[in-house]
Amino acid sequence: MNQSLYLRRRLINGFNLTMSTLTMLFGLFWLSWILFTLFSNGLSAINLDVFLHDTPAPDSEGGGLRNAIFGSLMMAAGGTAIGTPIGIMAGIYLAEYGQRGWLAPTARFINDILLSAPSIVIGLFVWIAYVQHVGHFSAWAGSFALALLVIPVVLRTTENMLRLVPHSMREAAYALGAPRWKVVTAVTLRASKAGVLTGILLAVSRISGETAPLLFTALNNQFFSADMNAPMANLPVVIFRFAMSPHDNWIKLAWAAALIVTLAVLALNIIARVLLKKDQA
Amino acid sequence: MPEKARPPRFQLADAVFFNLTRGAAFLVLALLTGIILSLVHGSWDSITHFGYNFIFSSSWDPVAEEFGAWRPIQGTLITSFIALLIAVPVSFGIALFLTELAPAWLRRPLGIAIELLAGIPSIIYGIWGLFVVAPILMDGLPIKLGESVLFTIPPIQPWLTEATSGIPLIGKLFDGPPFGIGMFTAGLILAIMIIPYIASVMRDVFEIVPTMLKESAYGLGATTWEVVWNVVLPYTRSGVIGGIMLGLGRALGETMAVTFVIGNSYDAIESLFHPGNSIASILANEFAEASAALHYGALIEMGLILFLITFVVLSCSKLLLLRLQKGDGSHS
Repeated sequence: MNQSLYLRRRLINGFNLTMSTLTMLFGLFWLSWILFTLFSNGLSAINLDVFLHDTPAPDSEGGGLRNAIFGSLMMAAGGTAIGTPIGIMAGIYLAEYGQRGWLAPTARFINDILLSAPSIVIGLFVWIAYVQHVGHFSAWAGSFALALLVIPVVLRTTENMLRLVPHSMREAAYALGAPRWKVVTAVTLRASKAGVLTGILLAVSRISGETAPLLFTALNNQFFSADMNAPMANLPVVIFRFAMSPHDNWIKLAWAAALIVTLAVLALNIIARVLLKKDQA
Repeated sequence: MPEKARPPRFQLADAVFFNLTRGAAFLVLALLTGIILSLVHGSWDSITHFGYNFIFSSSWDPVAEEFGAWRPIQGTLITSFIALLIAVPVSFGIALFLTELAPAWLRRPLGIAIELLAGIPSIIYGIWGLFVVAPILMDGLPIKLGESVLFTIPPIQPWLTEATSGIPLIGKLFDGPPFGIGMFTAGLILAIMIIPYIASVMRDVFEIVPTMLKESAYGLGATTWEVVWNVVLPYTRSGVIGGIMLGLGRALGETMAVTFVIGNSYDAIESLFHPGNSIASILANEFAEASAALHYGALIEMGLILFLITFVVLSCSKLLLLRLQKGDGSHS
């Protein structure tokens, strides 16, 4: 009787732990499948032309992604440049001044929600607040939308990293007579430099693949444009338009764009993690 | 000013710096208020024109200017529910594996691999789902080695339809056109996308369980599974639910992947294999092409509904996770 109970418990344990291992493999399976698909479809589509020519007209051969790659870089740079300072400043407030009062806990709460809020709603917001007033889609609008996605990521990591700085370091600086802003900028922020940089890299990696907020802010552009006040091509929206089209040439380019975007995003992700690990070691 | 310990220019600099950072923190609050206000403002035409009927009406006719959000709301909820159904047990398994089973040297790389799944952009899931997953669900896939076929993955949709055809209710769920795209495919892809979020929260909360507690249970002769099920899970209950809610919040607002595979149809949803629509997919498809003011208004109002739903879900998630942090160790 006792023996069979023991056996039953062992069996349940063994079964469930096996299932757990299988779920892990299940997760890894999807990751490798997606990467495999991207490489098998994308590699053959990537050649020098992809980087030298602009997106082709519907029924033509050849063409490339030059304008879209340029546009994505411009808007990612714009979004990061606008969002990062705000995120870092707010992060400093939450970590350094946030011990008292209602503002810090409320902002922290809201920020965590904005971190996971649907990005398409951010696009809607920028459309209502900016595009509608200016009267046209533009790369600036795209940058603003991306900046709004950068802020929560940078804020969160900055705050977390500043909190890791030991208090004795702050006290040492105060004891030398340093004013508070100097303590924060020259001591605590400096001590958590690598961590803050990680946050920025993660934010860049997140916005490089974002499509939804660009759909009705930057829109798309078939031609090369460096005018931030006009619609600008970008990789994610090109993937969306081209993949949904019936033209083989376009679909091929969509796979090339998909591979480029994924490699960029994953590379940024991995660099960010390596950087953080070095800092902690 | 002899009494003041610090020179006035320092005080000024301090005040400027303090107010700059506080301004940035305020900006985060202003952002949320701004989003809600502008969505309400943008959808005012539609709110006043349709009233409450908007939510429960299932007509969508841009030509006759008849708009209702019921179908997309349904689609959003159904796909997210399918996603949770698949993602929750899988994430639990992964978190269990990462905290209890994996050898220490494997934990970090495996954890990163799962997190990379979250790093892959939504649009990539979309193009992959449309061109790779959907055809397999519809037609199956022969696995080839050179010229010879090793084995064939059966077409999953027709197979499910057949296997469940005799069962009441469930049979109806899986009855439908095996197009490959539709609610079921969208739910499946969403599940893969939210697994990393749920799994990483679960792993993090599992790690805070005091070792003493677990070792006591082991000392009494409990198996690993019994420790996880009877000690770890009850201890971290609110955190686990918070993680699930976080995944739900992500699934509800996910746009591009769903837009690719959901089928974009306004027809009534008769089964899980039916093509449908979600709030986010309608916005992605129609917003840039809308022309009438009321059409814009209706679309923005759907955005507002989506934002409010996710806001509530994500707030619950955050509150549950905070509760776990506060109650750290005070569980009876």
